[in-house]
Amino acid sequence: MTVESTAARKTTRRSSGAKRTGASTGAKKTAQAKPGEPELVQLLTPAGERVQHPDYDIDLSAEELRGLYRDMVLTRRFDAEATALQRQGELGLWASLLGQEAAQIGSGRALRDDDYVFPTYREHGVAWCRGVDPTNLLGMFRGVNNGGWDPNSNNFHLYTIVLGSQTLHATGYAMGVAKDGADSAVLAYFGDGASSQGDVNESFVFSAVYNAPVVFFCQNNQWAISEPIEKQTRVPLYQRAQGFGFPGVRVDGNDVLACLAVTRWALERARRGEGPTLIEAFTYRMAAHTTSDDPTRYRRDAEREEWEAKDPILRLKAYLENEGHADAAFFEELEAESEALGKHVREVVRAMPVPDHMAMFDNVYADGHALVDEERAEFAAYQASFADGEAE
Amino acid sequence: MAVQKLPLAKALNESLRTALENDPKVVVMGLDVGKLGGVFRITDGLQKDFGEDRVIDTPLAESGIVGTAIGLALRGYRPVVEIQFDGFVFPAYDQIVTQLAKMRARSLGTVKMPVVIRIPYGGGIGAVEHHSESPESLFAHVAGLKVVTPANSSDAYWMLQQAILSDDPVIFFEPKRRYWDKGEVDTEALPGELHRARVAREGTDLTLVAYGPMVKTCLEAAAAAAEEGKSVEVVDLRSISPLDFDTIQTSVEKTGRLVVVHEAPVFFGSGAEIAARITERCFYHLEAPVLRVGGYHAPYPPARLEEEYLPGLDRVLDAVDRSLAY
Repeated sequence: MTVESTAARKTTRRSSGAKRTGASTGAKKTAQAKPGEPELVQLLTPAGERVQHPDYDIDLSAEELRGLYRDMVLTRRFDAEATALQRQGELGLWASLLGQEAAQIGSGRALRDDDYVFPTYREHGVAWCRGVDPTNLLGMFRGVNNGGWDPNSNNFHLYTIVLGSQTLHATGYAMGVAKDGADSAVLAYFGDGASSQGDVNESFVFSAVYNAPVVFFCQNNQWAISEPIEKQTRVPLYQRAQGFGFPGVRVDGNDVLACLAVTRWALERARRGEGPTLIEAFTYRMAAHTTSDDPTRYRRDAEREEWEAKDPILRLKAYLENEGHADAAFFEELEAESEALGKHVREVVRAMPVPDHMAMFDNVYADGHALVDEERAEFAAYQASFADGEAE
Repeated sequence: MAVQKLPLAKALNESLRTALENDPKVVVMGLDVGKLGGVFRITDGLQKDFGEDRVIDTPLAESGIVGTAIGLALRGYRPVVEIQFDGFVFPAYDQIVTQLAKMRARSLGTVKMPVVIRIPYGGGIGAVEHHSESPESLFAHVAGLKVVTPANSSDAYWMLQQAILSDDPVIFFEPKRRYWDKGEVDTEALPGELHRARVAREGTDLTLVAYGPMVKTCLEAAAAAAEEGKSVEVVDLRSISPLDFDTIQTSVEKTGRLVVVHEAPVFFGSGAEIAARITERCFYHLEAPVLRVGGYHAPYPPARLEEEYLPGLDRVLDAVDRSLAY
């Protein structure tokens, strides 16, 4: 009896006997997995066909489905706008989420308000779900701050650039949630590259030992800048969870319904005190790593084309249309809303003020520091020494 | 309790106990801090009295300990982390420098990081490799961190109280070879400022600046010098970041001579920073260049050689003589 099957038995949504995780379970029962390949939870095929999964299902109203679609479209529009702003010199850098909208919106919409999110620097779709003003995300890429939002106002922590560090913060936060006796859960994001980091593995150890209410959501977008997944692992990433003593699930990361269903299930497990879960969202980074990257140096166009056929937005659109869940007016209104968002983002970014140069001394410490005070005064005096010259 | 004579280690233990009693958000975490009471027994008896939820034995992973402490702090807790030995802190160095130190600034002041990281440091106990180091400069160099180190039981008690009350991350270096030295602790007296240096012995001819384990060595050196008719003032820094240059300046303006003593390697050590700033502040008062006594630019040696590596009474007195000879 494995740890994860013990835990999973307590859930109500799954059929008896079937295992969710582990190399031993092999490939079966999913729509897409070929013999010998790891299983992949999928509820919506690339063609937009709704399929059933024995363990995970979801029942959404047409309005909810349209909501997910809207989230993905607006997130993609925002992302495209940010890329354009970088090309125009308004941002120093941008890390696009193109292709990962389903993974982020699906997992992000599984959250409750009292849950807490620890993102990397690419979780623009999750930030959207949390209600973070998207223009706030751009401050650090424009170079006017290193964060830009109060993490506690939306329970969405600051972007973390050094890979994997935030998984430990998420675990510690979840340990605190458990100490408080709350039934909130914590969702930690990271990627296939960061899965090699010691901190990620330590967070698996700590969360398992303390049975912390944390869900690890790994977006395996196949590439860590130029390094393919084969440079990170010899086993499918979700299978690593088994060795740490908690369930791991691979989900079709381009299927927003599957991402939502699996993340909901994992968050509920956490709330019930059943400990951590690893979700590997199998997806693809359609754009460059960042606007500074040149993927033509290391990957084939054909690979991108294969994934274009699995686009997360197109498949949900096909489903909405085929099922009659959305009419032409819906798509037209969304297009208009999308344009308006792009315009808003452009305007806000261009007007984003450069902070006063004294601001670099602010908030270094909560209780003050004599050296910071001294250097602030020195710098102010130095700046003031130019005042006469400017007057002439 | 009022006034008691306690070993420095016991003073720390009492301080942690007081903090756990005063604030339910204080948690103690680290390796072997539970049943064992820590390898130096600093947390002795605390898990028994406060439970496994508040005195937490952690998995053996320093980055994990500090990383989860950051998460607990974000949730509103005040973690007091024990790193077992100085040389074991480096797996956590990334979390401390990259995350803990910068979190408040990058959140534009919206979060606080009340995390204390206790590190037994320094040599002189005949330990094996990686158990005798003095890495304080590596932390003092980082904006966002505060670095303090007590030299006696009273400071051990009070400075730890103040560090835990601080909303900033504090690296709390404990002079492990002085753990068993006894001193008076008045738990009802009002403590001085955490980041203020203390004149441990007054003198007129030369100033010795030291902190942590070297304060005792310098007091002994001052006593020996007094027998030769030299009046040496000893300043116990207590805080390395921020560093109380005013107290050193006042002393040096009186004595005209300064020798800085620490176990850490001299090169890029705290003595270098003190020498530079005191030269700027006291240029016309100095009768001699600022001298430094400390470890060499070599890995901490095997225990049988550490007496030669560490600044002892003779090396301090030698520096005193060289300074007075100018």
